[in-house]
Amino acid sequence: MLSIRNLHASVEGRPILKGLTLEVKAGEVHAIMGPNGAGKSTLAAVLAGKEGYEVTEGEILFEGQNLLDLEPEERSHAGLFLAFQYPVEIPGVSMIQFLRAALNAHRAAQGAEPLDTAELMALLKEKAALLKLDPSFLSRSVNEGFSGGERKRAEIFQMAVLDPKLVILDETDSGLDIDALKIVSDAVNALRAPKRAFIIITHYHRILQYIRPDVVHILADGRVVHSGGPELALQLEEKGYEPFLTPA
Amino acid sequence: MQPTQDEVLTQHLTREYEWGFEAELEQELAPKGLNEEIIEFIWSKKNEPPFMLDFRLRAFRAWKEMKEPHWLNGRYDPIDYQNAYYYAAPKSVSENRPKSLDEVDPEIRRIFDRLGIPLHEQEILAGVAVDAVLDSVSVATTYKERLAQMGILFCSMSEALENYPDLVKKYLGTVVPYNDNFFAALNSAVFSDGSFVYVPKGVRCPLELSTYFRINARNTGQFERTLIIADEGAYVSYLEGCTAPKRSEHQLHAAVVELVALPNSYIKYSTVQNWYPGDKEGRGGVFNFVTKRGIAQENAKISWTQVETGSAITWKYPSVILKGDNSVGEFYSVAVTNNHQQADTGTKMIHIGKNTRSRIVSKGISAGKSNNTYRGLVQVSPRADNARNFSQCDSLLIGSDCGAHTFPYVEVKNPTAIVEHEATTSKIGEDILFYCNQRGIPTQEAVELIINGYCQEVLAHLPLEFAVEARKLLAISLEGSVG
Ligand SMILES: Nc1ncnc2c1ncn2[C@@H]1O[C@H](COP(=O)(O)OP(=O)(O)O)[C@@H](O)[C@H]1O
Ligand SMILES: [Mg+2]
Repeated sequence: MLSIRNLHASVEGRPILKGLTLEVKAGEVHAIMGPNGAGKSTLAAVLAGKEGYEVTEGEILFEGQNLLDLEPEERSHAGLFLAFQYPVEIPGVSMIQFLRAALNAHRAAQGAEPLDTAELMALLKEKAALLKLDPSFLSRSVNEGFSGGERKRAEIFQMAVLDPKLVILDETDSGLDIDALKIVSDAVNALRAPKRAFIIITHYHRILQYIRPDVVHILADGRVVHSGGPELALQLEEKGYEPFLTPA
Repeated sequence: MQPTQDEVLTQHLTREYEWGFEAELEQELAPKGLNEEIIEFIWSKKNEPPFMLDFRLRAFRAWKEMKEPHWLNGRYDPIDYQNAYYYAAPKSVSENRPKSLDEVDPEIRRIFDRLGIPLHEQEILAGVAVDAVLDSVSVATTYKERLAQMGILFCSMSEALENYPDLVKKYLGTVVPYNDNFFAALNSAVFSDGSFVYVPKGVRCPLELSTYFRINARNTGQFERTLIIADEGAYVSYLEGCTAPKRSEHQLHAAVVELVALPNSYIKYSTVQNWYPGDKEGRGGVFNFVTKRGIAQENAKISWTQVETGSAITWKYPSVILKGDNSVGEFYSVAVTNNHQQADTGTKMIHIGKNTRSRIVSKGISAGKSNNTYRGLVQVSPRADNARNFSQCDSLLIGSDCGAHTFPYVEVKNPTAIVEHEATTSKIGEDILFYCNQRGIPTQEAVELIINGYCQEVLAHLPLEFAVEARKLLAISLEGSVG
């Protein structure tokens, strides 16, 4: 589904990703762990197409298509979803308005008619229930006045609504208390499907106890320095990153 | 290759004014220039009662003694008042005012159809009665009979002067005196038409009343005069909209609006102002120099809502004199400036009665090389015990060549008053746009969404029928203008 080869990317002329290679197949869950500043969020931003992140070398194929040719919204239409580490507030725009615009943009890209209000509300309510969000949350402005935990839950809610193929969770687990973590994990597990893949960026082993990854990667200094099975996460928890920072 | 964000934005910013067409109508014009003969000409042309000649001449004489003001935060070149026409009317109306909607000149009907203002009593604006004003005269008013059955008078100012001269005489100039300021004095001298509303005691007007102003003729100023009277316990919601053809020269629009809210009444006044803003280089466009004011008696409420997207210069302060105890004044404003537009707008809340309350919510949006100023005055007189004011003034900047300014003046002469002011300035951040893009929303649409969200609190006060229109206008004036 996603194939990243020898990816080099710079921000403001400063190289951050330095030859990253990663292969994710449909149905898989990959965890990416690594010290602060390793380039995890940079990878997410490059995948989503954020302006200012310059790819200097390498390629990214998403379902056989050159991802780098696509605008950010086209990547979204193609099925890429990023749950942000720091979701922004959009004052005065309700979650309903926001997701109506998003869903209809997706539908327009597929040549489908806009959703009518009844269909939209039914879908939003169903997914809100999945995240155990009170329906009143739909009328609130996007992320405005939300606690850190609420924002993260709202991200997963949006993911559930947009039904993407490839999901990147950027530290969705940080700032969540144990109950919220459980809700988020349950929702992600409920959405695991043979046609969908997840990349879970995290610092902590904790979330991986709920969402069991197929592969765990260690990202350091802009490269994947080590990959292994779920047990790798546990080793990291015990030994820290240090033993893995020199490639085996 | 897809256009970059900047390109999309630029495209948007350079979008043409859609309402700029010009219609060929046979005109009746007064001779060019301004003097006492011209004023008499207007007065006699309009068949007005004698007191009006006196009112006009007094205003004219006061005006001659005044100096054109230039204190706005912006600039315009002195206006040559002798090089303009002060009366322009389509011949078909001037010679013989249509008695019913069926008699309206089809050419005029076409102008309003093109503007999306059908002069029929029909489904599209079913809940709305419309008075259509073209250049100096009212050309049609819908639903007049239905309103008359409830005692509600809704007609052009000319008809009001003909049919209800005593009512007009009693209230005209009581809120905005003939010598109030330079442009109000000019208006009082030469105003040609406008709308008149009277809602009798205890009556709740069931329709939105609306006036649509259109400048068509060349070299004419538009000086309309609106007078709205809500008798005790009455309620009325009124809305004005306006557009003008594209012209390379500036056109002066100096209107006066007077609101009389008698005890326990409520007047809600909404404006969607879309006069021609001028071109990208700042050539042409309407000078929108308007005096709007209301007096609220005991327990009365006056609420102004304005969405200002047009005009080369907007210079106005819809105000409320909170004269009666427990009266309430509100001002909700969105002012958008783009290219070389200038807006210097805000409100005055004059607290005179006890327990008076006012609320000000102003949202300025500036793009291009424009300048957007909020200027407001909250005044609490010594006897206004327990007066309350809350002001929220937000500015949104799009790009880095525009300016936003806030001048909130406060004069409190009563120690029990509570006056609160909040202000913010922000930019449409790339982070928000990227967030929207990531969810599949293209930049253009994202900007509309963000702007609408930003203005939500103000737009929520517009009558439903017009909120949609206002949203579209905002989108058109600004779509994608983020740098
Ligand atoms: N927008 C940016 N501008 C400048 N430097 C950045 C930007 N984004 C990330 N960086 C830098 O890139 C490096 C990697 O950051 P990031 O990808 O956020 O790491 P991680 O998510 O793994 O903690 C850091 O040194 C950070 O300071
Ligand atoms: Mg990060």
